[in-house]
Parts: sequence; structure tokens; C-alpha cells
Amino acid sequence: MVLKKTLSILATTTLAVGILAGCSGGQKNDTANNGGNGGGGGGSNVIKIATQTPLSGGSATLGESIKLGAQLALEEQQANFEKLGFKLELVPYDDQGDPKKGVANAQLIGADKQVFGVVGHLNSGVAIPSSEIYEKYSIPMVSPANTATDVTDRGLKTVNRICARDDFQGPAGAKFAVEKLGAKKIFIIQDKTAYGTGLAEAFKKGAEELGAQILGFEGITVGEKDFNGVLNQVLAKKPDLIYFGGLYTEGGLLIKQARDKGITVPIMGGDGLDSSTLVQIAGDAVKNTYMTSAAGLTTVTDAGKQFAEKYKQKFGKEIESYSAYGYDAMGVLLKGLENAIKANGNKLPTRQQVAEEVRKVQDYQGVVTKVSFDEKGDNKYAKIYIYKFDEAKYPAKLEDEVSKQ
Amino acid sequence: MINEVLHTLPQVLIDGLTLGAVYAIVALGYTMVYGILELINFAHGEIFMTGAFVGTAILLTFAGFGWLASMPALVALVLVLVVTSVVTGLLGMGIERVAYRPLRNAPKLITLITAIGVSFLLQDIVRFIAELKNGNYILTGPSLFSGQIGIKASSISSIFNDASVKSSFFIVLIVAVIMMVTLDFFVNKTKWGMAMRAVAQDRETAALMSVNVNKVIALTFFIGSALGGATGVLFAIQYGTIDPYIGFILGLKAFTAAVLGGIGNIRGAMFGGILLGVMEMFAAANLPVVSHGVLGAEYKDVFAFAILIIVLIFKPEGLFGKVSVEKV
Repeated sequence: MVLKKTLSILATTTLAVGILAGCSGGQKNDTANNGGNGGGGGGSNVIKIATQTPLSGGSATLGESIKLGAQLALEEQQANFEKLGFKLELVPYDDQGDPKKGVANAQLIGADKQVFGVVGHLNSGVAIPSSEIYEKYSIPMVSPANTATDVTDRGLKTVNRICARDDFQGPAGAKFAVEKLGAKKIFIIQDKTAYGTGLAEAFKKGAEELGAQILGFEGITVGEKDFNGVLNQVLAKKPDLIYFGGLYTEGGLLIKQARDKGITVPIMGGDGLDSSTLVQIAGDAVKNTYMTSAAGLTTVTDAGKQFAEKYKQKFGKEIESYSAYGYDAMGVLLKGLENAIKANGNKLPTRQQVAEEVRKVQDYQGVVTKVSFDEKGDNKYAKIYIYKFDEAKYPAKLEDEVSKQ
Repeated sequence: MINEVLHTLPQVLIDGLTLGAVYAIVALGYTMVYGILELINFAHGEIFMTGAFVGTAILLTFAGFGWLASMPALVALVLVLVVTSVVTGLLGMGIERVAYRPLRNAPKLITLITAIGVSFLLQDIVRFIAELKNGNYILTGPSLFSGQIGIKASSISSIFNDASVKSSFFIVLIVAVIMMVTLDFFVNKTKWGMAMRAVAQDRETAALMSVNVNKVIALTFFIGSALGGATGVLFAIQYGTIDPYIGFILGLKAFTAAVLGGIGNIRGAMFGGILLGVMEMFAAANLPVVSHGVLGAEYKDVFAFAILIIVLIFKPEGLFGKVSVEKV
């Protein structure tokens, strides 16, 4: 009994002392770095760049593709940085698509003095809390895939993204629906999630401004399989177009059940529909479905084709929609890093300097997108791509692209 | 306003009946087990889900061998229904043996928790197998009955719009009715049925009258789970796409239906299921019209559950239930 108690007290004390030591140690290094005298201590010429994406779980395919894209860009730049006297290293972290895990990883990244940047995340829900930690440590983050408005709207100095925002996607879809498809009467269905409702509302606002009439704005529940009730309303109102804000599981069923009911008008949705599973669920019914996405087809340009080939050669895998975005995000980050090193007289810059230089990057030409950050960290050249399913095959056909400028 | 509601009424009734039939047969499983053991088998929704997966797997295998094209759809359906209900029936018996029987004399709360545990276990096992075999846990089966039948409701009265029905609707409805009637007959007219009712009334006394209580309970689980599995197949045929989580919401609604009809009462469960399905569909299609857009279709569940609460306040034993007298 006594022994047990002593042991536990001993263990607790050790832990407490350890934590204290860890914290104070961190503080010291931090000041050293901020002082700008080259990050004191040994191995100062190693620069690590972290990636944080889901590498396990349901969206691991997408997460891994971002990591591999980033890895490719980093390895290509290694020789270049070698000349400047620095050794580049990639440290991949697995955020599991889970905010808690993302934040815990971000703490680790922040504590590692050699990390000078982060490429990530896949999910906005993970990026938002994790980026608070990056801001604390002034580590620049470049996101390849987060579309939620809140990611950059919080005005953090370190947070940047190269893809388009949700409040641009909705209106871009509306513009296409009203102007190109000639939809005058539109019925909107959303799945009551933050993503679905936000997108549907942005679409609604955009469509109303362009003079379209909104016949209904109805919700469905995620996890349900029978949407006939809402579709009966659609049937009664006879719209020219149905807009769906939500994900592919419900979207696929909705499309299928709508076509079963004899509703033949075009159906449009956001990047939540952008999955091969949508085609699997809806089958032939998917024809005449449009979707907007922040991810462009990589293989439509020569640079994109070359990238796809390089990627295949290196990893033995086909590219996914966000592979090239991972590559470009890393590219932008390294560009900023390089500028910071040069501005610092070829010495190791501070994280703050790197973050400032990343934000200042102008007209960086990537594989899929050109990048110039505005004052919030959003990419001025971000585009929304519009796809159409002409047959039950994924990926869909690129119809149009809408750019901000 | 009334006109608008009437326009869509034929279609709403048809869609509501299909959904209701699915709710009703799932509700039967809840009600049977509760009637005999006074145990709410929360794993029942997952047995239903497993049935949907087993049925779809069989159909996909048939399609893979090219048998599906060469055999009449009805034969395929009966075959799949029989095999699936045997599989899920045995699964139900196994669950009872492993998770419920050892705890039969434990407090009710403990069996309730095991039931929830079993349901999570089933979800993840099915998900694991589906992902292993298919790479994706959302499964889409081959469509057996995809024909469309138009119903000229407008010829009855010009108030109504025409409705259209998938031919699988009739299959679902007919199979559901056959299952319900057979079950009702079995419980009320056969010797085993009598034994089940006896066990439901008083387990100890029934045991003294040389009823093998363990066997009767196992049989109840077999029948209840077989029905659940068969419903899963019907669901997969009607809606096409299934995932390991369909059992949760549907199980909850079916449970509600069973309570609405009077839990423990088989006819009550059927009635409650169909009533809930029709009500839900009606609410989803008409709430915005009736409330002038204040309430959207997303409030359909609120509507259905509000009615449930009202029923339970004024008739706590459910629509068909008898006031239970505490056994002394």
C-alpha cells in the first residue's frame, strides 16, 4: 500500500518535472529563434516541412495523394536547397481526419524547431483548430484542399490556401445554372450540415441575384435513404433545375430516386458530390448531373500530364483530384522559404520571416493553379470548375471554369 | 392549399406505404422479442442491416456468375429471401445465446447495454467485410425490379396528379403482407405460437407446464431476426444502396412504430409501422405547403415524433396495446 502510494507520487513528480522542463526548454529555443541568430544548436541546416492529412481511415486515399504530391515537389527542390546550404526533409503526419488528432500533431510540429512549414489539411474541420496552433508558433500553413470560409476569415497571418472558397463555389454554380443552363425556377435541397447548408445558401443568394426564382429550400437528414417526400414537392413545383448541397451518399440516392420519379431536369451539386461512389450509387441516373468543384482536372494541360506521369513513375499510383494541389501547395511554401532564406542573407530565417514571405508570394505558376495570396491568404487565381456527367463514368466531363478575376 | 396537398396525395400515399411496410416488418422483430422477454433488442436494426448486406452479396454473386440474367427475377428474389432469413435467423439465435441468455436474470439495464454493444459490433464487422471485399463500404446491388408503372389517379378525379410506382414497390408490399399474415397466424394458431404466448405471459409457470423456455426464446429470436433480415433484402431491392449504418435510424423509427402500436402487440406493430411511414412521407411532402413555408421538409421527423408523444401521453400502452397488469 505504502509502496504503491510512494510509487505513484514519484511517477507524478517525474512527469510534472518533465513537462516543466519541456516547456521551459521550448521557450528558450523560441526566443533564440526569434532573435534571428540562426536557430542555435547542432543540425541547424536541416529544414523540415510537415504534411498533415488523413493517412488512415475513410479518406486516406485523398490524404495520401496530397502527401505524395507534396513529397514529389519537395524532392525536386532538394538539390536547389542543397546549393543554398540547407537539407530539406519531409515529415508526414496523420491527422486521421480528426480535429483532436490534428491539434495534437500540430503541437508536435510546433515543438519541433526544425519545422518551417505545413502542407495540409484535407478537412476544414481539422484545419481550423490546428491552424490556431500553427499561428501560435508562426509556422506557415498552405492548404491544398480546405474550402470552408472560416479557414482564412479568422485573419491568421500564417494560414494560406490555394483552392477556392465555399462562398465562391455556390455563386459560381448559380451563375452557370442561370446563364448557361437557363434555369429560371430552381428547387434547392440541403442536408442540414454546416457544409451543405452553407453551400446551398451561397447558391441561393447567387441565383436570386441573377433573377432566378427559388421554389423551395428544403432539408433532408444525413443517413436517411428515402427522399421521396421532398421529391414529391419537387414534382409538384416543376422546377428547371434541382440544386443539392450535401455529400455523395445522399446525393446519389436523391438523384436516383428523382430519376425514378420521372424528374428529368438537370441536378446540380457542389464538390461534395465529387466521388466515384456517386456514380456507383446513382448508376445510369447520374446523367445530366452537374457539379462544381474546387479541384480542376490535372490532365487537361501539358504540365498536368507531365506531372501525372512523373507521379505514376515515382509512386506507381494514378493521381487523385488533389495530388497536384498537394504538389502546388508545397511548391508555394518552398518558394516562400527560398525567398526568406535569400532575404536573410542565405542564413536560416525565423519561422515568422518564412510565414511573411509565403504570404507575399505573387504569381507562382503551379501545375494546376496559379497562386497569388491576398491579404487574408486566399488565392486570387482560385478557380471553380464545373463538371457534367454525360455517362455513368467517373471522372465527369469538364464543362466550364469560373475564375475570380 | 388543400388542392396542392390533394395533387400529390396519390404519390405520397404510395411512397408512404412502401416506407411504412419496411418500418412495419422491422417493428415486428422488436415487438416479438419485447413481448416475450420484455427486452428491447436494440441490435435488431443491425440484424436488418446485415440481412440487407447478405442479400445484396448473394445477388451480386448471382450476377457475377451470370445466373441473374437467366433466372426469373421472382425466383431469384424468393431464393435470396429464404437464404438471407435463415442466415440472419441463425445470427439472431447466436446473439441471444451469447449476449442475452447469460444475462437473463440480470437487471434489464445490463441487457440493454449488451444489445447496444452487439449493434456496434455488427456495424463494424459488416463494414470491415464490405471494405475488404469491395474496397468501399457503401454497396449498390443489381436492380431486380426496375420497371415503372404509371397510375392514372387523375382519371378518378381531376384533383389528383398522376402517380408513378416502381414495380419493386408491389414486391415489397406483397412480401411484407405475406410475412405479417404468416407471423400472425403462426403466433395465434400453432402450438409453438401458443408456447410463445405462454412464455410471454409467465416464464416460470410455462416452464412448469413442460414448455422448453430456452427453445421458445431461441425460436422467437430466430423468427424475429429472419423477418428483419428479409426486410433488409426488401429494403436493398427498393432503395438499391446500402451501408453499415442504415440499421440505426431505421431501427429507431421501427422501434417508435412498435411503441406507437403498443409494444408487444404484433398487429399494433404492423399498424404503427405503416402509420409512421405514411405520416413521415406526408409531412416531408406537405409541411411547407400547410405551414406556408415556415416549416420545411426537414421537420418531418419532429412531426412524426410529436404525434408519438401525444399518443403516449393519452394512451401510454399504445394504440393497440392492452393495459398491462402487474404480475403479483
